[in-house]
Amino acid sequence: MAQIFHRSANTISRVTIFGAIFIAGFILWVIGGIVRSPYFTNQGIEREQIVPFSHQHHVGGLGIDCRYCHTSVETSNFAGIPPTSTCMNCHAQIWTSAQLLEPVRSSYATGRPLIWSRVHRLPDYVHFNHSIHISKGIGCVSCHGRVDKMNLTYQAMPMTMQWCLSCHRAPEKFVRPRNEVFNLAYESPNQAVDGPRLVKEYKIQSFTHCSTCHY
Amino acid sequence: MSDEKSLTYSDFRKRIGDVKHPEYWRSLDELMRSEVFDDFMHDEFPRQAAALTSGVDRRDFMKLMGASMAMAGLVACNQPDQKIVPYVNQPENLIPGKPIFFASAMVAGGLAKGVLVESHMGRPTKIEGNPDHPSSLGASDSFMQASILGLYDPERSQVVRRLGEISTYSEFLGALQPVLNAARANGSGLRVLTQTITSPTLGNQIQQVLAQYPGSKWHQWEPAGGHNAREGARLAFGGYVNPVYHFDQASVVVSLGSDFMGEGPAHLRYARDFMSGRRVRRGSTTMNRLYAIESMPTQTGGCADHRFPVKPSEIEGIARALLGVAPAPASWVSAIARDLQNNRGRGIVIAGDEQPPAVHALAHAINQALGNNGATVTFTDPVEVAPANQLESLRELVTDMNAGRVSALIVLGGNPVFDAPADFDFRAATDKVPFRAHLSPYYDETSYHAHWHIPETHYLETWSDARAHDGTVTIMQPLIAPLYNGRSAHEILGALIGGLDLSPYDTVRSYWFSKGANEISWRKWLNDGVIAGSALPVRTAGASGAIPPATRQSGNGATGVEIELRPDPTIHDGRFANNAWLQELPKPVTKITWDNVMIIGPALAKQIGFDADDRDPLVNEKQTRMVDVEYHGVKMRMPVWVVPGHAEGAATVFFGYGREHGGAVASEKGKGFNIYRFRFSDALSGGAGARITLTNDPPYPIACVQEHQSIDPKDVGERGIVQSASFTEFQKDPEFARERERKEAGESELQGEAAGEPYDQQMYPPYDYSKQHAWGMVIDTTVCTGCNGCVSACQAENNISVVGKEEVVREREMHWLRIDRYYRGNPENPETFHMPVPCMQCETAPCEPVCPVGATSHSIDGLNDMTYNRCVGTRYCSNNCPYKVRHFNFFHYADYDTPALKPMRNPDVTVRTRGVMEKCTYCVQRINAAKIEAEKADRPIPDGEFTTACAQACPTDAIVFGDLNDKSSRVAKLKQEPTNYALLPGLNTRPRTTYLATVRNPNPEIRG
Repeated sequence: MAQIFHRSANTISRVTIFGAIFIAGFILWVIGGIVRSPYFTNQGIEREQIVPFSHQHHVGGLGIDCRYCHTSVETSNFAGIPPTSTCMNCHAQIWTSAQLLEPVRSSYATGRPLIWSRVHRLPDYVHFNHSIHISKGIGCVSCHGRVDKMNLTYQAMPMTMQWCLSCHRAPEKFVRPRNEVFNLAYESPNQAVDGPRLVKEYKIQSFTHCSTCHY
Repeated sequence: MSDEKSLTYSDFRKRIGDVKHPEYWRSLDELMRSEVFDDFMHDEFPRQAAALTSGVDRRDFMKLMGASMAMAGLVACNQPDQKIVPYVNQPENLIPGKPIFFASAMVAGGLAKGVLVESHMGRPTKIEGNPDHPSSLGASDSFMQASILGLYDPERSQVVRRLGEISTYSEFLGALQPVLNAARANGSGLRVLTQTITSPTLGNQIQQVLAQYPGSKWHQWEPAGGHNAREGARLAFGGYVNPVYHFDQASVVVSLGSDFMGEGPAHLRYARDFMSGRRVRRGSTTMNRLYAIESMPTQTGGCADHRFPVKPSEIEGIARALLGVAPAPASWVSAIARDLQNNRGRGIVIAGDEQPPAVHALAHAINQALGNNGATVTFTDPVEVAPANQLESLRELVTDMNAGRVSALIVLGGNPVFDAPADFDFRAATDKVPFRAHLSPYYDETSYHAHWHIPETHYLETWSDARAHDGTVTIMQPLIAPLYNGRSAHEILGALIGGLDLSPYDTVRSYWFSKGANEISWRKWLNDGVIAGSALPVRTAGASGAIPPATRQSGNGATGVEIELRPDPTIHDGRFANNAWLQELPKPVTKITWDNVMIIGPALAKQIGFDADDRDPLVNEKQTRMVDVEYHGVKMRMPVWVVPGHAEGAATVFFGYGREHGGAVASEKGKGFNIYRFRFSDALSGGAGARITLTNDPPYPIACVQEHQSIDPKDVGERGIVQSASFTEFQKDPEFARERERKEAGESELQGEAAGEPYDQQMYPPYDYSKQHAWGMVIDTTVCTGCNGCVSACQAENNISVVGKEEVVREREMHWLRIDRYYRGNPENPETFHMPVPCMQCETAPCEPVCPVGATSHSIDGLNDMTYNRCVGTRYCSNNCPYKVRHFNFFHYADYDTPALKPMRNPDVTVRTRGVMEKCTYCVQRINAAKIEAEKADRPIPDGEFTTACAQACPTDAIVFGDLNDKSSRVAKLKQEPTNYALLPGLNTRPRTTYLATVRNPNPEIRG
C-alpha cells in the first residue's frame, strides 16, 4: 500500500500535538493575565472626580487623620464618604474663593450633594466590613496603599479574591498594632515576630469559608 | 395508569386500616398513591421540559449558539462607573451602612399592629414586630412583612386625577371649596365614608368636620370588619363593648368557627398566648385543649385537639347546646360542655366573624355562665372611635345617594365600589352624587367612578395614630417622605376643616399635645412605639340574662349547598391584591397561590361528580375542573378544589379576588374570581341554597405548591417525617419520637452500626465545631399554626423573587422556607400537621460533595454556604438534597430594572440572577453582623442577641435559633427535649434543624 502521507507529516503531527497543549496553555495564560490586569481590576487607575481632591495634600501634607472624613470606618461596614459640610469645616475659611472648590461651595449652598466616582468597587455578591478589619489591626495601607502619596485617588491593590485570600490565609503577615492602623507610613521592624504575637493577642481567626464574604 | 388508581374514596378507610403505622399523607392523590403519582413525585422538576413547548430546531439552535458565542466577548467588559453620593449635611446618629430601627404601627381593619421598621440610609427595607406592642409582642404576620413591597409598589397611584385626567392637589382643593361653601349652611349632603377608624386624631378631625358642616354624616364600611362580633357583643350586653381574650389563662378553648390564631387584629397575640399553654417539655404535666367547630379547615382548626366539621348554620345549635338551652346534637357536644364545666373560669368560647351576632351573644353567655368573663375574657370600651353597625351605616348612605340626598361624597380609603354588598349596587348609587372624591393607594374600582382621585400615602409615609386590640395607642411615624405624592386622610380632613396646609405631623402632634403630651413624653412614645398605659381600662360588660332567640335553623330545612364567604387569607378583602408577595404566598391549608377557588369537602366532590377517579394524579394540584355555582340568583363559573376535612354539604370561598383595576398584579396576573357578587347585605358571610354543578370546561390551571419538592410519601409515615402523640402517650413515653428515630437508624441500609449510635463511617472530612459557633434550629411542630409569617419574613429579608403563577405551576417558586402540610386519618376529617422546612444545614450535607465547582461548601460554623458567584447551575446539589430545600433560578426572576424596587431590597443580601441555585442560609448576613459586633467588643454573642428572620417573625415562637455550643442557649436546651427528632435520620445527614414532635391533647371522652 502506498504511503499516503509524506514523512514530514510525523513531525507536523508531533508539533501540532505539542503545540496544541502549548497554545491552549498560552491562551489560558493570556486570559489569566488579562483578568488580573489593571484593565479588569482597575488597579492603579486614577479616577476623575468632580473636585480633584488630593489625599497627598490633605493626609500627607496636612496630616489629617483618615477618620476625620471617613467617620464610620470603625463602626460600620462602610467607611463613609464625608458630607459636604465636612469639607466646609475648613473651606468656609480657607481657599474660600478657589475655583477648584466651586462645586463644594455650591453643593453646600444649594443642598445638592457632590457626586463622586467610586474608586474601590467590590461586586455586589461580596460583603466587606471595614470595622472588623480595623478592629483586628489591619492597617488602611494594607488595602488602600499609600493614600498619603496619591494626588488623585486610585485603587492601589488588585482587589481580586486571590488577593483577599492572601491575607485571610496568612493574617500574621499583615497585622499591625491597633494604634498603627491609621498610620500609613508604619512598617513593622520585625513582622515575623510581631505578626504571630498580634494574631494571638487580637484573636484573629483565619476565615476562608465562603460565607465569610459571599451571601 | 395503574389499576391502583381506580381506588375510590370509599376505600380510604380500608386502606388506612391496612397499614401498621398511623399513616400521614399530604394530599388526596398521595393517599391514592398510584404508580403515576410515584413517578411524578420522584421527578424533581417534572414539568421543566414543558418550558420549551414549541421546541427548537437545529437551525435555530445554531443561530442561538452562534449569537451567544459572538456575545461572549461582550460579557467581559469592564464594570460601569459607579457613583457615590454623600450627604450635604449628614444627619446625626446616622452611620452609613448601619440600619436604624423606628417604631410605628401597621393598621389592619382599623386596628394597629406594632412594628419596628429597619431603615437603611433612609430606606425602609424590613418590618419586624414591636415587642412592646400588645398586639404583636415582637411577632409579625405576612401582611406586615409584605407591606414593604406595598410601599414601593410602582403600580401605586402617583398623581391626583380628575375624571381620569392628571390633575393636581391644589386643583382638587379649588374644586372642593364651592362644595364646602355650600355645605356650610346645610351640610346634610356632605358625606364622609371611611373604613373602621381607631385613630384618636382622625376621630377628632371627623368630629370637627361634623360640627362644622351641620347635618353632614360620617359612614363607615370595612368589608371584613368583624361586624358580627361587634353586633354580637351589643346583643349580649346591650351596648358596644370590646372583648379581650386571655388565652394564656385558658385551659379549654372552644372555637365556634373562629380562626382567632389566623385572622383579626390580635391574632398574633392570641396565637402566642394560646400556644403558651401548649409548650410540651420534659416533665410537662398540663396542656391546654382546643376544640374547633368549623366548616372550612382554618389555621386554628389545624392546631385543634378536636376538630368537628359542621355546616356554618349548625354552629348556632351547638352553641345553644353548650349553653344548655338546647339538646346536644351529638355526644361530643356534651363532652365539650362537661370539659368546659370542669374548667370553670379557665375556659374560653369564641365565635368566628362569619357566625351571626346570635352565636357571638351565645358565646358571651356561655363564658358568663362558666365564670370565664372577668377571668379569661375581659371587656373594655370599644377601641373604635365610633363603633357602629357598619352595614346599616352603608345602607343609609346608599339609600340617601339613591334618593339624591347626597351632594358630595368623600371616600377616605377603602374600595366600596368593589367591596360593598352586591345588592347595594354602590356603583350605580354613586352616579347620583354630583361630587365624588376618593383617597386610595391605587387607582382602583372606586377611583374609576369618582370625579377626583387622590393617591393615598402608605403607613410608612405619614404620621398618624391608631389603637391596638386592647386600646393601646401607637403614634405612627413615617420612615420616608411620600414616594408617589400621596396624601393622608389627615390632610383631606384638614382641608375640610379649613386647615389647608396643616401637615399630618402637626395634626397628630397638636392633638396629643392638647391631651397633655409634652416634648419628653412625645419622644418617648415615638421611641417605644406605644403610649404606656393607654390601654383601655377593663370594665364590666354588664351581664345579660337574655339568650338570643334562634336565628337560623340547623340547616336541615334549607336545600342546596351552604356557602361560607371568608376574607382571603393572603390578600384579605382585596386590598393586598396588587402585592405579588402575598399573591404568591401559599394560602394556609389549601397551599394555593395566585387564585381563589370554590372549596368543598371530599363527600360533596363525589356528589357533584368530581370524583378523585377522574383526576389524573400527574396533573393533580396543577389543574382542576370548573364548576357553575348558582347562589341567590347569581351564577358564576369558578374552579373547584377539594380540601380534606371540609364540612359536608357546605362550601367555602374567599373573597378579595376578581379586581378590575388597581394594578396589573391585582387585575391581570392574580385576578381570580369576584366573590363579592355573592355577598349580600342580608347574608354577608353566605348562606344556604347554592347549587354547584360540574362543567365540561377545559381544566383550569392551579398553582398549588403542596406536592412541590416533596419528600417521598413512603417516608412520611413510615420513616417518621411527622411525629405525633397524644399528651397521655407523651407522658407515658416522652421519647416516642426518638424511638422511631432509633428504629429508623437501625433499619437504615446505609450503615451497620448499632441503632442510635452516631455513625462514624462516612466520606466527609471530620469537622471540629467546638471552637466556633454551631448554629442550630429547633422547630416546635406542636405550636406551629402554619400562618406563613416566617415565609414572608424570609422573602423580605433575603430578597427572594416572585416567579408568577405559570412558574409556580412548573414548581419553580423560590421561597426558601416552605410549610409542608400533612394529614393523618380519614379524609373527611383528618388531623392536620404543619411543618416549616428551611434548609436543614446538614453537618454531612449531601449537596456539598456533588457540586462540580465548589459553589456549595461547609463553613466553620457548620452552615452549608451557597456561593452564588461560583454557581454554574448544574443543579446536582438540588438533586442530591433529600429535603428538597434548594431553589433554582430558571429565569431572571429578580427584577433588576424597575427603579422603584431597588431601594426595597436588603443591601446585605445578594440579589440572585438567572442560572443560580439558592437556599436558606440561616440568615448568614445576620450571623456575620452579630459575630463582627461581638468580635469588635471581644465578647461572646449572648443567646437571643439576634435570630433568623423566620424565628423573629414567628407569632408562637415555634422556631428557635441559636448556638448549640452555648449549652445554656434556648436552642441547645430544646435539642435535649425528649420530643426532639430529625428528619430522615437514617441518611446520616446530621441536620442542624430538628423538630419537636407534635403533641395533641384530645379529650379521652371523645373518640376519633
